[in-house]
Amino acid sequence: MSTLTYIIGWPLAAAVALLWVPRQMRVLVRLVPLLATFITMVLAIKLFWQFEPGAAGYQFVQKIGWVTSLDISYHVGVDGLSVGLVLMGAVVAFAAACVAWEIKEREKEFYFLLLLMTGGILGAFASLDMFFFYFFHELALVPTFIMIGVWGRGERKNYATFQITLYLTLGSLLVLIGLIALYLRSGANTFDLVRLTAYLGKHPLSPDAQLAVFPLLLFGFGILVSLWPFHTWAPLGYRAAPTSTAMLHAGVLKKFGLYGLLRIALPLMPVGARHWLGVVAFLCVGNILYCGLVAMRQKDLNLLVGNSSVAHMGFAFLGIASLGLIGITGAGVVMVAHGFLAALTFGLTGYLYQQTGTLEISELGGLLRRLPFIGSALVMAMLAGCGLPGFANFVGEVLVVFGSWKSVPIIAVLALWGALVIAAVYMLRALRNVLHGPLPEKWAALSDATNPWRKLPFVLLLSGLIIFGCFPRLLTGKITPAAAAILQTAAPQQP
Amino acid sequence: MNALLTLPEIAVVALGLGLLLLDLWTPPDQKRQLGYIAVAGLGLILAATFTLHGSNPQYAFGQIYVMDGLALFFKRFFLLGALFVLVMSTDFADRFPAGIGEYYALILFALAGMMWAASANDYSLLFVAIELITISFYVLNSFRRNQADSLEAGAKYLILGALASAFLVYGIAFVYGGSGTLSFHPTGPNSTDLSLSPIFQLGLAMVLVGLGFKIAAFPFQIWAPDVYQGSPTPTTAFLAIGSKAAGFVLLLRVLFSAAPDVATHWRPWWMAVCAITILYGNLGAVPQRNVKRLLGYSSIAHAGYMLLGVAAMSAAGAAAILYYLGGYLFTLAAAFTVICLAFRKSDTGDLAGLAGLHHRSPFLAATLTLAMVSLAGIPPLAGFFGKFLLLKAVVQRGITNPAYYWLVAVALFGIVVSLYFYLNVVRAIYWSKTRTETAPIEIPRLTRFSLYGCIAGMLYLGLLPNTFLNWAQEAVKALHLN
Repeated sequence: MSTLTYIIGWPLAAAVALLWVPRQMRVLVRLVPLLATFITMVLAIKLFWQFEPGAAGYQFVQKIGWVTSLDISYHVGVDGLSVGLVLMGAVVAFAAACVAWEIKEREKEFYFLLLLMTGGILGAFASLDMFFFYFFHELALVPTFIMIGVWGRGERKNYATFQITLYLTLGSLLVLIGLIALYLRSGANTFDLVRLTAYLGKHPLSPDAQLAVFPLLLFGFGILVSLWPFHTWAPLGYRAAPTSTAMLHAGVLKKFGLYGLLRIALPLMPVGARHWLGVVAFLCVGNILYCGLVAMRQKDLNLLVGNSSVAHMGFAFLGIASLGLIGITGAGVVMVAHGFLAALTFGLTGYLYQQTGTLEISELGGLLRRLPFIGSALVMAMLAGCGLPGFANFVGEVLVVFGSWKSVPIIAVLALWGALVIAAVYMLRALRNVLHGPLPEKWAALSDATNPWRKLPFVLLLSGLIIFGCFPRLLTGKITPAAAAILQTAAPQQP
Repeated sequence: MNALLTLPEIAVVALGLGLLLLDLWTPPDQKRQLGYIAVAGLGLILAATFTLHGSNPQYAFGQIYVMDGLALFFKRFFLLGALFVLVMSTDFADRFPAGIGEYYALILFALAGMMWAASANDYSLLFVAIELITISFYVLNSFRRNQADSLEAGAKYLILGALASAFLVYGIAFVYGGSGTLSFHPTGPNSTDLSLSPIFQLGLAMVLVGLGFKIAAFPFQIWAPDVYQGSPTPTTAFLAIGSKAAGFVLLLRVLFSAAPDVATHWRPWWMAVCAITILYGNLGAVPQRNVKRLLGYSSIAHAGYMLLGVAAMSAAGAAAILYYLGGYLFTLAAAFTVICLAFRKSDTGDLAGLAGLHHRSPFLAATLTLAMVSLAGIPPLAGFFGKFLLLKAVVQRGITNPAYYWLVAVALFGIVVSLYFYLNVVRAIYWSKTRTETAPIEIPRLTRFSLYGCIAGMLYLGLLPNTFLNWAQEAVKALHLN
């Protein structure tokens, strides 16, 4: 069996096993998910290490027939684009399981849902079958709903829970219709991506069909990635979500839409892509500038972080819209980097909330004195968010700006401005207000993460950012050949 | 010899009659146990149907009765559904003022009607089967005769059901007048010319009114919420599972075996009915605060989804309906069994009564959550794959006829809306604050097994659809669709 199957299987198997653990044995209830996600993470690191960059096609492939009459099969495999996402997803999942110590009631249910979500997310990135691609992604939907509903926080929790669920369902249903239309229109009668890509390479879809089906996938996936103006679910949902859920959702699950665009929409419908990506280039300015400006006005730290994460998605869209090798490679790096970054920031704000019970920026202040470790980690996360060199985000954003310079220079300038000026303003202002200045008396009793177990998730996520920031070739070396393969089918006229 | 083909139905009726006889000699406090005999008997009959084969159609009673793949599929479906309903009724027994023995027997008689409906190959058997189902339900609906809402449900069902039957029989008369035969397969020399004659079409339209009542399709859906809410829970379950499926098998047979030309001719009407049914059911369910009433509206919505398969008018669409019904069976059986147990004292079905179910019984809470998620059509449960197949069938038609894309859009809208009220039930279970009951719920062993069966069914149809999909595709070959 392929390592990938184990990577998907461990969390799911652990979820099922957890059902038989009596809820009184709290240590075991805690240990099972930690162990399972840890094994998954180790396997994912091994997978990343063993992956051979530049080799043609997919690696670690496994295929099992599932529904013969429709040619649906369980087909997993990774290329340079998805191997980084699987790694990032597995690391974030382990970190999310680590920070879940804040959950004190109904732990068993929480960990069950967390594991289910993890298995679903990793499965979605590993799937090479359109049906399973969708299927795995949807596995995470109901866990998100229940987790925010039961363990979430804030007064508008109910509203946020339903908003995020209904919005995301709408997006994924559009994707489903798009995938079904692709299956039927192609005439290949297969949901298998590899065979479908090969078939459509020889018999391309008619331009009419491409122009009609592409927007379904574009806006479906767009809703899932919070493409402006379909982003309103994200900040509210992440504010209401418990820490682990926000980490997994903002960090990993959201990348599914971008990955779907790159994996399915672009290579299979090149004509549609060229027609519609111009629209995306304009919308992503909405992400970068509009959401950046919105983030500047936020009074709640989590809303600020949520809006900034929406803003960062604009860079990934811009990279995709540039339809060039550098831009798409950049988008791939942004996806991985932002995964680590979003998980890290939500993990840290979750820690703050756990300690203080509020994330109102005006209530906080001077926390660096009491929380040297958490505070420093937050400083690093915020600086990474501004695109400081040395962090992986810098690499991705620079590549995206370079890549889009040729095709859409004005937008590239706006994006640069958004990243360097607006992001710096709200990030640094938040740092000043939360970490510096006088320490209010009520926070004198806060305790830092001194226990190595508490530090571990943040250290892991930060090292992900720094390693890929200092040695970007680890990522780009793998992503570039995959991006070239995608471009070869998507835009054959370019070198 | 050929009469033996109907042996499963005869066995069910005999079981029912036997129960009525046994009822005479059973002391009142043990009458509840009769249900176990019924369950065991039905289990045996269900097992015995697996010795039958439907690949070659066989006829009995002068072509009135057909035994083919479709019939066999639905007979097993109804038997399984009745099995779950009977288990539910044994839990419900102490809430009836009297006559639990008759209640079991009536379920079996209605079941026999459904099984005959599955084999109907002639308008006369169609009518007889539907009447057997409907008349049994008149009694089953109002079985809690000391409760006003149960009587109200019975009266509403009686009046509207009688009206539908009148349409049906009047329509059959016109069909006979137009075509000169009651058979679904007219063999006369000029039969095809007649199939588009106005008289025949008028008759067929009236027959469809009768069937529309059974499946609760717009504009014949008005009874569903009231009757679902007022009837005893096992009756509601059987209405939702069995009666609806019987309507669908007859609809498929009448449309695609008996009058394929007219069916294609009326395509726009089907699409309109389907779209309005989906919208009515889903939008109507949004403000509901009673679980049974909510499921009544949701059953209208699901009739609408399944009509997608009818409107698609393809083998893929018909197979999708069968698959969808399979998932619907397990899902609804699970939901109603939980409702039956959770509202032991009141049987009101108010959503507020579900608050804190998670503390009263985590297992029941999880089961109801699974059922709601499956109804909403989210992987990895049965409802998802059914909806996937239905949508696929409709999108397939859309390639040649763009009007179908509107239907897809309506269905998507319906699904998103439905998610709201299904998840509202989940919300009530897990994080609603208004707890009214706190006592832990005891689950009898047989019921527990039946719930395990439902969960296994939902997961099996959602996770491993291959085998069941092949069955469904085999079964619809009887309809000669392409």
